[in-house]
Amino acid sequence: MARLRTLCVLAAAAILLAGCSGANWGWYVISPETEAGRRNLLFLLGGLKGTIALSLISFAIAVVLGFLIALPALYGNRPLRAVNRLYVEPFRAAPALVLILWVYYGLPVVLGIRLEAFAAGVVALALSESAFLAEIFRAGIQSVGRGQDEAADAIGLTFADKMWFVILPQAIRRILPPLGNQFVYMLKMSALVSVIGMEDLVRRANELVTSEYRPLEVYTFLLLEYLVLILFVSAGVRWLERKMRSDERQSR
Amino acid sequence: MAATAEAPGDPVIRIDGLNKWFDDFQVLKDIALTVNLGERVVVCGPSGSGKSTLIRCINRLEGFQKGAIEVDGKTLTGDLRNVAAVRREVGMVFQQFNLFPHMTVLRNLTLGPMRARGLSRKVAEERARHYLERVRIPEQADKFPGQLSGGQQQRVAIARSLCMEPRIMLFDEPTSALDPEMIAEVLDTMVELAEDGMTMIVVTHEMGFARKVADTVVFMDQGEIVEAQPPEAFFAAPKSDRTRQFLQRILSY
Repeated sequence: MARLRTLCVLAAAAILLAGCSGANWGWYVISPETEAGRRNLLFLLGGLKGTIALSLISFAIAVVLGFLIALPALYGNRPLRAVNRLYVEPFRAAPALVLILWVYYGLPVVLGIRLEAFAAGVVALALSESAFLAEIFRAGIQSVGRGQDEAADAIGLTFADKMWFVILPQAIRRILPPLGNQFVYMLKMSALVSVIGMEDLVRRANELVTSEYRPLEVYTFLLLEYLVLILFVSAGVRWLERKMRSDERQSR
Repeated sequence: MAATAEAPGDPVIRIDGLNKWFDDFQVLKDIALTVNLGERVVVCGPSGSGKSTLIRCINRLEGFQKGAIEVDGKTLTGDLRNVAAVRREVGMVFQQFNLFPHMTVLRNLTLGPMRARGLSRKVAEERARHYLERVRIPEQADKFPGQLSGGQQQRVAIARSLCMEPRIMLFDEPTSALDPEMIAEVLDTMVELAEDGMTMIVVTHEMGFARKVADTVVFMDQGEIVEAQPPEAFFAAPKSDRTRQFLQRILSY
């Protein structure tokens, strides 16, 4: 439970800071002991649903997209490899915030597609993230080695079977740490979607600050919300890594 | 399109005018070779002579630019037609074994039959155990490749190929990655396979194996087949100076 300990230390540090800094803290805004505080607290926590849903859905789409985009770079001829570069380079270069704004405000003009804030966020984050994941998949699959491809080809597996049964299980094991990293990164990027009005953690915090005028407490709480979320994610990734390592140990 | 080979002695692989380049470098030059059903061919030659590339062309792990390879009545040309059909008939054993490290031995053996041949798990497992028995390691079925010795891994790899019940087996330097004390167990397995009448093309430097089982020994150098002869003639009276020099070099110890 090292994670829990870290959390306690950080929370204690925050409170200590509150005592020492001389700032005029007013935790009453989100105090669970008063009716109003409880309401505010639940209001802030209500943003969790949006943040988590947005991150999970975007990431799932980005994983599939990233894998598909990596394939032509690995198995394609020259034109197909060019398609991979043409996808990866621009989306990797576009700042996520700009992409979000462009999908939300630009897409309706260009293609006549008007997306809600949530959908626009999913599209923008998935596109942006998939470019990074494509590079991770490419490196991971490359690291598995030609010999595995050839052995799978030689026993007559189709390309899809070769990927699913032979290449991906080995590649995923190796790219799990960077995948976890990208998910954490993505979770934080999802905060940007508040600029187009998605009801995520940040948006809720901003709304509460506007009505209560306690930015210090609300944003401190917001930081802690992200911290807890990300500690959960790291714990999950570590659990998966451990599980796969023990499978691995069995297979060495 | 020719008929499939039926009786021992019918041609089962016909290679004609095969040329291959890696960019500007020509690795195979006008290769012509016919292999009959049940024939055991050993291919030898200095490294870089194109012998591995040649057998990798037969099951289309390598493409080629000119010529044709006909395997059991199906013609491979430069494109990808017939590749799946040919691979069904041709098993391949690699220098580095190339077992799937994340699967048990049994799963290594059943994956191909189940996915590419459509066998049920039960039938595929029966077949897998049968071939593990044949390569003399039935007790290793539930282990992972990493838990086996090199010689055992290579025998699993041979069993994995046999599970597809191919008509032809290709061996690409099957003992080159093994410690000396493990070479014999793999060669024994291959000798048994040969005695059962399997059509085999073996790229190897094991001249003792060539003497013992080969019907034909092919010597390649610089992308060409320099000569192809029965082993007695090949070792006693090589026709070409290049062959003689090669044999002197590898048989001097």
